Amino acid sequence: MTTESTSRVSPRSGPSTRTFAVIAVLVCLALAGLASYYASGHPDGLNKVAADQGLAAKEKSSVAADSPLAGYSTQDVSNDRLSGGIAGVVGVTVVLLGASGLAYVVRRRAASSEN
Amino acid sequence: MHVPDGFINAPTSVATGVVAAGALAVALRKAGDELDEKTAPMAGLVAAFIFATQMLNFPVGAGTSGHLLGGALAAVLVGPWTAILCMSTVLLVQSLLFADGGLTALGTNVTLMGIVTVAVGWGIVKIVTVVGPNSPKTVVAGAGLGALISVPAAAFAFVGLFEFGGTADIRLSTLMAAMVGWHVLIGVGEAVITALTVSSVLAVRPDLVYAARHLLSTRPLEIRTHTKPATS
Repeated sequence: MTTESTSRVSPRSGPSTRTFAVIAVLVCLALAGLASYYASGHPDGLNKVAADQGLAAKEKSSVAADSPLAGYSTQDVSNDRLSGGIAGVVGVTVVLLGASGLAYVVRRRAASSEN
Repeated sequence: MHVPDGFINAPTSVATGVVAAGALAVALRKAGDELDEKTAPMAGLVAAFIFATQMLNFPVGAGTSGHLLGGALAAVLVGPWTAILCMSTVLLVQSLLFADGGLTALGTNVTLMGIVTVAVGWGIVKIVTVVGPNSPKTVVAGAGLGALISVPAAAFAFVGLFEFGGTADIRLSTLMAAMVGWHVLIGVGEAVITALTVSSVLAVRPDLVYAARHLLSTRPLEIRTHTKPATS
């Protein structure tokens, strides 16, 4: 197993952080943009229980229901594969930028308060 | 497990909103200690990966599916406080852009999926890595076990909230059995995805796994204490 030897491996032996990040982003885009088409369409655990127990009728539509990406499908794109794929790619991009930006701000603030 | 608007009443939703805001305020401070040149780039990647993987519902039987929640995974990779920030970012984007999870339920969803899963997952990872042998395999095992338990824990917390502020009259025992039952099955999927992801990152860049840092820092620290005993 490769994991067996990793504790003795120098941190610099793997791919650079830049290479790692590029591959990770490509994996995320492929999962959200392509693989998501094959995801199960069945209700998830909570939705299943809500349907079984009569709770689903209490659901109110979100104020964001009119969003062009609501329900992970892209408005006015009729091809299912493309519609979900665009939604996934946009979502990955927004989340990546949002969380990276947040981490950047938090780190900078922490660094400046230490000095 | 995204709770839509209308399942939890307004006072309870306000309460979970306060809990979520409080935890976020603490996380924004504490994450500064976790975020260094390695964790900072990982935070965005982890959040993006969790968003992507949450789109991949896997079947768990009888017309039901589940997806990764990701709290345990995020805690293992970037540390628990940064994990709360990552999860909250994912849940906010899902709620605003994709109408997945209600807007008034955002506090509830951050509490259940962003705080409970991170706290339970990280707690278990810490216990396993302290008790278990000093090896990457221990980190993977801890991540898997933490993930496995974090999902029914979040389901359990939902039932607790529903007892306070649920909008339908459902017997506690019925709701508990159904919610925890399904989410134990979903937890198995969570454990598999989490263990696979953590072992993959450990295989290529073990230094990028927050919960595995103690494995790498042992040797350089020993050398330093021998060569520079006076420095603090």
